[in-house]
Amino acid sequence: MASDLTAAPTASPDKGGAAPRDHAEQARRDRDERRRKWRSRFYRWDVKGSPYAFVSPFFLFFAAFGLFPLIYTAWNSFYRVELTNLDAREFVGWHNYTRLLQDEFFWNALKNTFTIGLISTVPQLLMALGLAHLLNYKLRGSTFFRVAMLVPYATSVAAATLVFTLMFGTDYGMINWALEHIGFSHHIDWRAGTWSSQIAVSSIVIWRWTGYNTLIYLAAMQAVPPDLYESAALDGASRWQQFRHVTVPMLRPTILFTVVVSTIGATQLFGEPYLFGGTGGEKGGSAHQFQTLGLYLYEQGWTNYHLGRASAIAWAMFLLLLLIAAVNGLLARWLRKSQ
Amino acid sequence: MGTTRKSFRPRGRTAAVALAAIAAMGASLLAGCSSDSDTAGSGASGSGNGNGGGKTTLTVGTFGVFGYKQAGLYDEYQKLHPNITIKENVIERNDTYYPQLLTHLAAGSGLSDIQAIEVGNINEVVTTQAAKFEDLSKASGVEKSNFLDWKWAQATTADNKTIGLGTDIGPMAICYRTDLFKKAGLPTDRTKVGALWAGDWQKYIDAGKTYKQNAPAGTTFTDSAAGLYQAVSNSYSERYYDSSGKVIYKTSPGVKTAWNLAMEAATGGLTGKLKLFDKAWDQAFANAKFAALPCPAWMLGYIQEKAGDAGKGKWDVAAAPKSANWGGAFIGVPSAGKNKAEAVKLAAWLTAPEQQAKVFAKQASFPSAVGAYDLPAVKDAKHAYFNNAPIGEIFAAAAKGIPTLVIGPKDQQIYTAITDVGILQVEQQGKTPAQGWSAAEKEIDNALDQ
Repeated sequence: MASDLTAAPTASPDKGGAAPRDHAEQARRDRDERRRKWRSRFYRWDVKGSPYAFVSPFFLFFAAFGLFPLIYTAWNSFYRVELTNLDAREFVGWHNYTRLLQDEFFWNALKNTFTIGLISTVPQLLMALGLAHLLNYKLRGSTFFRVAMLVPYATSVAAATLVFTLMFGTDYGMINWALEHIGFSHHIDWRAGTWSSQIAVSSIVIWRWTGYNTLIYLAAMQAVPPDLYESAALDGASRWQQFRHVTVPMLRPTILFTVVVSTIGATQLFGEPYLFGGTGGEKGGSAHQFQTLGLYLYEQGWTNYHLGRASAIAWAMFLLLLLIAAVNGLLARWLRKSQ
Repeated sequence: MGTTRKSFRPRGRTAAVALAAIAAMGASLLAGCSSDSDTAGSGASGSGNGNGGGKTTLTVGTFGVFGYKQAGLYDEYQKLHPNITIKENVIERNDTYYPQLLTHLAAGSGLSDIQAIEVGNINEVVTTQAAKFEDLSKASGVEKSNFLDWKWAQATTADNKTIGLGTDIGPMAICYRTDLFKKAGLPTDRTKVGALWAGDWQKYIDAGKTYKQNAPAGTTFTDSAAGLYQAVSNSYSERYYDSSGKVIYKTSPGVKTAWNLAMEAATGGLTGKLKLFDKAWDQAFANAKFAALPCPAWMLGYIQEKAGDAGKGKWDVAAAPKSANWGGAFIGVPSAGKNKAEAVKLAAWLTAPEQQAKVFAKQASFPSAVGAYDLPAVKDAKHAYFNNAPIGEIFAAAAKGIPTLVIGPKDQQIYTAITDVGILQVEQQGKTPAQGWSAAEKEIDNALDQ
């Protein structure tokens, strides 16, 4: 086909071909006809095919790095298989899942994930809401404050956690030093305690994500029609009453969105507790006091090399996230109805 | 407002993590590609002798600092073999490096021509991955008699295939601060200090008790019960596994003795309750918070770095109560490599006594090659930072007494469970030794059960 097309010009008269005129005319018409056909076919392909070509990069990447690992993990979760010897595998059915039910380390990790999620998400969103409200006032240099809000979010987990780990140090940490100045003589070993370690991990999460949520709330607040505030003010509502009765109700869908995103993030929490734990951080402390599901998965897969068990944990987490999404969906529907 | 809300996509943590993952994958793909293309052009020379055209690039995959580059060994080898270029791929920590090595071995790609293996993993590699490595025992330039017997045995399969050549080992001594020892009324001369506890770890604890009576304010005798446990348990030939491969940690005398001594130190207030290789551990070095610790040869560099200039001349090295090994590594040649013959030659050269001596001179990683001990670079080595201690002499003496330790596939997991769970719970959370032990047992059961 291609050679036909390239051969055609050599026969054309404008190259000084000696062919008779009508013959050349005929050849030109044939060529045009061919070209038209080719073109219309191309357009048809273009219209039908191009959208697929344009979206394909994402789906190819998704298939390679999303779907395939998901399916491979599911397949692995039905086997007794070690990372050290992937060729030796034994089919065990649902065993890896059923054993999770009696695995105290798994339940401990689930509980920790829940408590750390709670003590990091709730204060974080409340603070974000308050900060967004403050930033929504007319301020000198408001852009500066808004950008400053995003700085923690732009900091890498590793850098932030390193600094926090130093601050929460037992003997030379800034926090214990400050506590000492206000009268606590006993140094808290932040990492050794259950609550203290979970609070420390949560504080890193809160520090990193409050600004991010603040900006989302701020954007939503600025979309609230100003006349609502005006009429509220005319009715004699104070700033606080305006916040409670105008801002918060108008922000409800946005709040729900941030709750969903934060919950998903909290369920997958990994970097902060891992780095906070120092060497061998995947254990989440000597009594697993801040081992999250992500860390337990990592410990099973990459420290103990039990790939089958790790895969089962990964899928359990995935199902948990689906459950959370479903609950959120129901909540959203209920909220819409109640409005 | 509805539309603005919808236009927000959840580009939160999930997106960030996904991006990071893609970036990491992309990076590793690129790395894979580049090393492939490096070797592709020279694939023909994989048969061995330089084929006259083009250079062969050999890659060496290591974790942490192996000292080859630092000691100038690559440059030297390249000068000796003009057709060879050597590249080193370093991953900081073995707990990142080793899983990656396993996945690369499983996939048969992404491997360096030479791969390092940590001593804690060597048994697992020998028992499960031997088929994927070249047999180095009969390679030219490799002399079995050059290596310590136990070191050679650790990397050799039951049917006499040697998949790794020993690099360094970790003979142990005791590093101590003369200034703190003096204040506490203990001797400071290294032979007198060594004599304090010669032959028995219990005497080391007793010295700790003496130290505690007159301890300078804010200091403890040693850093951690975990370091002590490590040192004591390694001076036995059986620890977690017996020679038939059975897990015996619950009853083995080595573990029991080491645990009891560690508990005596922990509950007797002799330790700084620190976790090894932690930030707080580093800070304790810098602030001279403890007086002594068991130190394998490779740890001297670490101490020097963390204790800094302020500690210069205040540290010294004395013989440990018993000989024991802590750490060390091997290098092997994966069969999936493209330049196997050249890689075997390089591995043999890098682990020869002369080269190990050069690494020791630069990096204080102690040679596993016996032949190196009589070379001046080792024999006469003194360490200025450690009060000019004759470290070559001290560590060579320690190395010769090291028992042939039985290593099992899950040695590292068992060790970590005992130190990072059992011991730390007692030291940092105030649990009783019995509680700590049962927590460690639970942890080990979970780690061993697939």
